[in-house]
Amino acid sequence: MTTLTSPAPETTAPEPEPPGGHRIHLRRSWMLAGVVGVWIVLAAIFQGRRTLEIGGAEQVGVQNWFGDRANDILTASQDNWLLTITHWIADVLSAVVEWLQRLVSVPDFPSPYPAIGFLGVLAIAWFVTALIAGWRMSLLTAGCFVMFALLGFYEDSMDTLIVIGVAVAISALIGLPIAIWIAHDGKARAVVTPVLDVMQTLPSFTYLLPLMLLFGIGAAAAVVCTLIYSLPPLIRIASHGLQNVSSTTLQATTSMGQTRWQSLLKVELPMAKHTIIVGLNQTTMAALSMATIAAFINGPGLGQPVVRALNALRVGDAFVPGLCIVLMAIMLDRVTTAASTNADRLARSENKDMAVRRAQFLLVGAVVTVVAVYLSRVFTFAAKPPDSSLGRWIADGMQRAVDWISTNWANATLSISNHFTNWFINPLEKLIAGSPWFITGLAILAIALIVGGWKACVAALICLAGIRWLGLWNDSMVTLTSTLVATVFVMILAAVVGVFMGRSIRGDRIIRPFLDAGQTMPPFVYLIPVLALFGATRFTAIVAAVAYAAPAAIKIVADGIKAVSATTVESAQSAGAVAIQIITKVQIPMARSAFTVAANQGLLYVLSMVVIGGLVGAGALGYDVVAGFKQQPLQGRGLAAGFSIVLLGIMLDRITTYAARRGEGSRR
Amino acid sequence: MTGRRIAVVVAVVGVILAMVIPAFGGNIEDVETKGLSACGDVNIAVNNWVGYEADAFVVGQVAKEKLGCIVNYIYVDEQISWQGFASGQVDAVLENWGHPELVDLYVKKLGVAEDAGTIGIDGVIGWYVPPWMKKKYPDITDWKNLNKYASLFKTSESGGKGQLLDGDPGFVTNDEALVKNLKLDYKVVFAGSEAALIQAFRTGEAQHKPVIGYFYSPQWFLAEVPLVKVNLPKYTEGCDADPAKVDCDYPIYKLDKIVGKQFANADSTGYQLIKNFKWTTDDQNLVAKYITADGMTPEDAAQKWIDANATKVEAWLPRAGGR
Repeated sequence: MTTLTSPAPETTAPEPEPPGGHRIHLRRSWMLAGVVGVWIVLAAIFQGRRTLEIGGAEQVGVQNWFGDRANDILTASQDNWLLTITHWIADVLSAVVEWLQRLVSVPDFPSPYPAIGFLGVLAIAWFVTALIAGWRMSLLTAGCFVMFALLGFYEDSMDTLIVIGVAVAISALIGLPIAIWIAHDGKARAVVTPVLDVMQTLPSFTYLLPLMLLFGIGAAAAVVCTLIYSLPPLIRIASHGLQNVSSTTLQATTSMGQTRWQSLLKVELPMAKHTIIVGLNQTTMAALSMATIAAFINGPGLGQPVVRALNALRVGDAFVPGLCIVLMAIMLDRVTTAASTNADRLARSENKDMAVRRAQFLLVGAVVTVVAVYLSRVFTFAAKPPDSSLGRWIADGMQRAVDWISTNWANATLSISNHFTNWFINPLEKLIAGSPWFITGLAILAIALIVGGWKACVAALICLAGIRWLGLWNDSMVTLTSTLVATVFVMILAAVVGVFMGRSIRGDRIIRPFLDAGQTMPPFVYLIPVLALFGATRFTAIVAAVAYAAPAAIKIVADGIKAVSATTVESAQSAGAVAIQIITKVQIPMARSAFTVAANQGLLYVLSMVVIGGLVGAGALGYDVVAGFKQQPLQGRGLAAGFSIVLLGIMLDRITTYAARRGEGSRR
Repeated sequence: MTGRRIAVVVAVVGVILAMVIPAFGGNIEDVETKGLSACGDVNIAVNNWVGYEADAFVVGQVAKEKLGCIVNYIYVDEQISWQGFASGQVDAVLENWGHPELVDLYVKKLGVAEDAGTIGIDGVIGWYVPPWMKKKYPDITDWKNLNKYASLFKTSESGGKGQLLDGDPGFVTNDEALVKNLKLDYKVVFAGSEAALIQAFRTGEAQHKPVIGYFYSPQWFLAEVPLVKVNLPKYTEGCDADPAKVDCDYPIYKLDKIVGKQFANADSTGYQLIKNFKWTTDDQNLVAKYITADGMTPEDAAQKWIDANATKVEAWLPRAGGR
């Protein structure tokens, strides 16, 4: 039974240990242990009763209602006002995407090549990057474009860039006004923020079907589904930046007689420019992460070859387009980041000679670009992306490596998966999902109260009530179990690797690119090898979730450790502390808030993998969502599962957030 | 800053000029446009399994090469393909596995789709075990012996019972009801995708691990590992009428083609091709093998088969003037 108690204290991991508040911390630990102890006893007595488990194809209560509404929309006449509007929007979006495709990625009939051939696109990308982010970044961009071609996915890469570009442009058009609005209006913020929460946590598979009804199959729906996920970061970050524009500056300008519009355009927006670009960066990355999902509704781009290769279990073939997505992510991230610092640099007065040389360089670049575009329109050599067998070679190598690993390691790894599940996941699941629902509910509320206070408890109560109402309680608890286990793994990795990276600059430099790749490589690419190693099990789903969530948590911890002031560490060293003491007594305690943020983000990233987990044996909510997407009669259940995931996410987020705040409070 | 601005102006104006001035010199030739209007657009849904890809690309290549159709492949799941009939974005589904609920909604209720005949292949669904198990436990293929072997199939996921592995959530399945009604000591565990199911059988055969699960034919994987079917109580007409009371094997599905109403009414040569399209399980498996085992693109795989089977293809083509 000892295995049971170990995960429970993990929920308190985010709670910072106040260096003077040991007594409070100790009391809370005892209370927690008490709650968990009572829970275990009750679970043992009432095991398997009132767990609210329902069959795989059953639907209850509100789910039927959801399903009926979905059917109503489907059978509604095609010419009602809503569909008229959405179809019009879809037509405009498809037209824009198609126009851009003919420009750079599909043959511009009757020419066998796009209007601008490879060389022209390469030159334009290079020039634009040089203009906004400096010449170093322009080389990175050019290199990436050449790689897309050499890997054999130039057209698909351009399609992905087009979908992302359109989605980000619309995000900016819609997002900035909303950001300005909620930055100035607290009430509006209170309404909009939960909507953003839902947009970011509701699994895309739950809204793909309705989106298809509204916007049809293909590029338009792909842009809209990308938009839903990519819009929130911009609104959040930009409004945060606008709120932080110092009020004294604002007062000064209003007292000088500026109107609201003037102060917005002349003061607030320019001062928040840097933050807004950071928001755009985050929005771009979110949009890119939707590339594979978009492929499920025939959205053009790199997701398509990934998904198709998965159907034939060809890992190598999925890896190469996945690699293109990683390259694109690195390119977009570095370029937009450089663009934001570049904007600051250019705004400051700079050396006159430098400015002249820069202008000359750009002018030459402009001419070269024009020539390249022209050549790419008239000569085959410039129109055609360069051929190479690099992609084939990487795919074959990858396939061989994965085959070798799965034949030689599977025996050992399958038994690890088996034992871990039997000794760790199953007992924990018996406690959380196998207890009567009200006992688990009360236990969660008690834990929320102890670690996060009454606000966390109220939030948990609302979320649990919602989950109960949606009728998938048992599935939600199974998913909660896997989520907690995966988060424990994520935090262990974050602590070990993050601390190492925070302490070693060279280690950081070597590991960070792999983390970037891990964060941006579509999980669909590594599902097959993980399945081969661990079988279609909940453990496999956990491994996939950890692979996706750990990089973010590791980076946050590494940055937190790095931020611990060097003088503190030095003084500890001079006081004779050895490395392990410095880590446990100085660096980790001082970077506690980074650990809290890492745990919170880790949880949310893990939760975003629930649906993918459903594809590899996790069952429960993830499976329900996919089933709802794939089967007409199960739509209602799928929707309910999607919203259950949202509620789990909000509950875990609130509990960890309040726990963190409370910890900060008791430290001061 | 002004130098910068000049560079931008030069680039923008220059690129626009480069785009509009007519090309002189150069070596890019326009593609041929002959015969492209005879057939028009054919939008073929491509569902996410390889056998279907074989159907779609063989029909698509013939439509493109012989009839001059503009073929668009729409990569979507079964459910969404049918939605495409309603929105007019999908013209044809080339391998439909029954789906009475979808037929009900889209053919009968909404009237946006209709049947276009079978593709000549029987779809078989059932429970399968890897070949090594048949060799070691010869009587395992009779369902009556399944309880005897239940403990073999115990896994960490199956809660003490034998594990019966199911696949993609989109597949037609009665397995939970079957286990209950046949009083089997098994639990249905959902692998969650076809890929997960195939990988489980692949590992099961390679490592000699017991696996029993839902599978179907035709399927390319059967060429790699010839899974053995377990005989459930024989299917009789109507024994699966009540989903909760099913206690018999799955029926044989006559895989058929579904087309959009508008597409059918237009009666283009593309539609006639699809209506005539019919081949065999072996044909489909061969093309599927080109795609999976040989790593060919679906287009190349389809073309290779078409080139080798000219007479079969000839029979599908609309007869000249035969309208």
